Amino acid sequence: MGRYIIRRLIQAIPVLLGATLFIFAIVFALPGDPIEALAGEKRQDPAITAIIREQYHLNDPLLVQYWYYISGILFHGDFGKTFAGVPVTQLMAGKFQVTLNLAFTALVMEAIIGLLLGLWAALRRGRATDTAILASTLLLISVPTLVTGFVLQLWLGVWLKQVTGIEFFPIAGVGQGLQSYLLPGFVLAGTSIAYLTRLTRTSLVETLRSDYIRTATAKGLSRRRVVGRHGLRNALIPMVTYLGADLGVLMGGAIITETIFNLPGIGLQLYQGVYLREQPIVVGIVTILVLVYIVANLIVDMLYAVLDPRIRYE
Amino acid sequence: MSETPQLGQVGPAFPETQSLTENQPSPPVKQPKKKEAKPASLWRDAWYDLRRRPMFIFSLVLIAILLVMSFWPSLFTSINPFDAKTCELSTARQGPSAGHIFGRDNLGCDVYAKTIYGAKNSIIIGVATTVITALVGGLLGLLAGTRGGWTDVLTSRVTEVFFAIPSILGALLITATFRDAGIGIWIVVIALSVLAWPMTFRIMRAAVITARSQDFVLAAKALGAGQARIMFRHLLPNALAPVIVVATINLGGFIAAEAALSFLGVGVQSPDISWGLMIADARNRFLEAPLPLVFPALFLSITVLAFIMLGDAVRDALDPKLR
Amino acid sequence: MSKTSPHALPAEGGLGNEPLLAVDDLHVEFATRAGLVRAVNGVSYSLQAGETLAVLGESGSGKSVTAQAIMGILDMPPARIPKGEVRFNGTDLLRLSEEARTQVRGQRIAMIFQDALSALNPVFTVGWQISEMFRVHRGMGKRDAVKKAVELMDRVRIPGAKQRVNDYPHQFSGGMRQRIMIAMAIALDPEVLIADEPTTALDVTVQAQVMELLAELQRESNMGMILITHDLGVVADVADKIAVMYGGRIVENASVHDIYKAPAHPYTKGLLESIPRVDLKGQDLYAIKGLPPNLLDMPTGCAFHPRCPYRQDNCVTDSPPLYEISGTRNSACHYWREVLDGDQG
Repeated sequence: MGRYIIRRLIQAIPVLLGATLFIFAIVFALPGDPIEALAGEKRQDPAITAIIREQYHLNDPLLVQYWYYISGILFHGDFGKTFAGVPVTQLMAGKFQVTLNLAFTALVMEAIIGLLLGLWAALRRGRATDTAILASTLLLISVPTLVTGFVLQLWLGVWLKQVTGIEFFPIAGVGQGLQSYLLPGFVLAGTSIAYLTRLTRTSLVETLRSDYIRTATAKGLSRRRVVGRHGLRNALIPMVTYLGADLGVLMGGAIITETIFNLPGIGLQLYQGVYLREQPIVVGIVTILVLVYIVANLIVDMLYAVLDPRIRYE
Repeated sequence: MSETPQLGQVGPAFPETQSLTENQPSPPVKQPKKKEAKPASLWRDAWYDLRRRPMFIFSLVLIAILLVMSFWPSLFTSINPFDAKTCELSTARQGPSAGHIFGRDNLGCDVYAKTIYGAKNSIIIGVATTVITALVGGLLGLLAGTRGGWTDVLTSRVTEVFFAIPSILGALLITATFRDAGIGIWIVVIALSVLAWPMTFRIMRAAVITARSQDFVLAAKALGAGQARIMFRHLLPNALAPVIVVATINLGGFIAAEAALSFLGVGVQSPDISWGLMIADARNRFLEAPLPLVFPALFLSITVLAFIMLGDAVRDALDPKLR
Repeated sequence: MSKTSPHALPAEGGLGNEPLLAVDDLHVEFATRAGLVRAVNGVSYSLQAGETLAVLGESGSGKSVTAQAIMGILDMPPARIPKGEVRFNGTDLLRLSEEARTQVRGQRIAMIFQDALSALNPVFTVGWQISEMFRVHRGMGKRDAVKKAVELMDRVRIPGAKQRVNDYPHQFSGGMRQRIMIAMAIALDPEVLIADEPTTALDVTVQAQVMELLAELQRESNMGMILITHDLGVVADVADKIAVMYGGRIVENASVHDIYKAPAHPYTKGLLESIPRVDLKGQDLYAIKGLPPNLLDMPTGCAFHPRCPYRQDNCVTDSPPLYEISGTRNSACHYWREVLDGDQG
């Protein structure tokens, strides 16, 4: 188990370096001079510009700049400063929390709805319920977040409030705690719910066909115990894997949802960073997301080993 | 880094799923042996099977209509939305009326005409990205799977790097950076391709590795067939099915991604027309005038649905497990 | 036989002359895409306590499906039982409610399967899986149940049972895994044990050990045992009587002694002659010509006629009944006398 984790950690290093270098190189090529943009309309003292350029290593070649940057992160946890002098970590702290809340809300919804729908479809395999569930997953996959976001905002946010007089789902901001996250969380989770439903169904149908399920039935166990204990425990393995890997995907994909529902998360921040050419913010955010992805996958690998004893002893 | 499947990394990523139409009972414990389908007849059988699937016919009809709409939009509307004279600011956000069945948008332009003309960019970007990712990812995957060794290790590590980058954000960065490169909508194609090719790679590689250990390939090797011949005559045809299925489904995903990028302002640029751009333009007045947003959203959803349904149907027809 | 209500559980011990387990005119069919498959067509056999019945046949002969019908573990649908009875201590199991059936399954009739690696749940320890029987059916606490599991593992002679109780199935060798299956099956002292090809997946040396273990356990507990196999060699030492199945029917029923002495059905004869024998060294090994019948398209008349060296014209048109040769012996061959006498054709 220990060796397995260490091997995975070592394998993660080139991925982290490669992904951040890729992002760094692209942001490096962002058009325009950020220092001039910072100064705005007024002409800036060339001497000050030179000092700032020096301070941010803007005159060095790409790889040198990258080295300064990545070693700052790896050895000091320092994600750099914005051009206005604010540390990127400080700027991001609150926004990261918003995106994390959003992604977790989505993940919990995905897990609950996907599991229940998939289980229901698998147990009613081939019947009307199954067909209906599969048809709705097809719809959920096909309708882009962009569309579900606005449509649900109008229906559940505005229309429902008009009809009932009660605000169930706020349509913007994070002012109402968990309640603010419900609707955007569902919108963000939409496609993932559909995939997890299909995955759960397939996985369970396949598991229920296996020999050890026949053995469990032959042991005289109730159907509930056969499906719930023996079947689900095995079917869970691919589902947990999918869920874990999905956390990074949800956080990375939150930008559209954050834009629609005006949630001050890192997606919105990154969007602004791109427009303001704030390279440190852009690189910092994407680097953090890459880290989240890598850590989430490491956790998945470990969970995988916990859930499937055959992996553990290899 | 991880050998577990990373599903859903790019929007259109597609885990192993069961079909909508799979309704036959599970096979009995003892079943008489049936003839194994040979690869050559796989496509013929699949075609025979596909023709009977309503989902397949339905999606083909939808796609055919969309294609006509992309190349000859004037067949559907007499208004040319690129002509500024057709817009009247004073009629902004008017509801549907005769001659303007979808109403008018914020600038008083006809929503129906714009929606029809919007199909073109979606289809071009979707198809072009699919072709590029299938070629690049497919060829590299074929090479990595056939040759193994360091070729495989190197390419596989590179794909892992791309899997780690959130795809919409990565595409946002690329398009924002090279927006002024003067290649118009092609920057969207390039950005999406750069981030999506590893998926095709992975599927092709896995399929080739499976095919590689099959008897007929070993036999061809034993008979002294060259590597190129084995690769293109034996491995490719047998690994093609999953790649085609995923490519079709991804096509829908790319169209959705284009809309998202255009919505964020880094995809198709005004005055060109895109459904994502129309949604972005309509969003500020969305709550009071939803129609200018709803119609492009509806067309976008139906287009994505058409391709995903097609992919689902083809997968069901090609999946020998369901035969 | 007295009529029992569908919820009544079979009484302990037999009623008069009623055997422990009796399969009577059982039919099982599967609805498949290709058509209706009649996997079992009127099979009857019976089993007394302490007795071992070997059911012999090729794959597709219906021997496993019959066993699964007895256990009630067929997937229905696609399977269907249009006709027949499975009487256990006089009660027709097929008429019991699912709830009552669950009480019989595993506790009073247990089953072991061919491939223990796939038949054991990969994510639970073997101790957990064995002790589950005590926890679920006897309401035992976890600690006591595991203690029982260790005892059982000792009883099936797994070395170091106490240390290995928390290991997973994949950590055992094939023979040890099959012993764990056996331990699980005999946990609650069932009256009937069905062993479906218990040694097919094992090495030859291990096969003998496992068969020996089964025979010994049976002697100790006086279980009735149904041994399903396609291997005549396995049968001779342990079985009391043999039912040979072909194409979903029983073609010959006899004591082991009678069958080995002189088979009364050409199929049985073919099976016996295809066993390699030391005393016939140097001669060509006999093999039954042709292929097992296609269940979707059964031959007319006697299902074996396309492969039969004794075939006459009426074999193609008339399906033979199960002729009674003696009180304990039957053969479904029009020409059983000729077969018995050894006259070829």
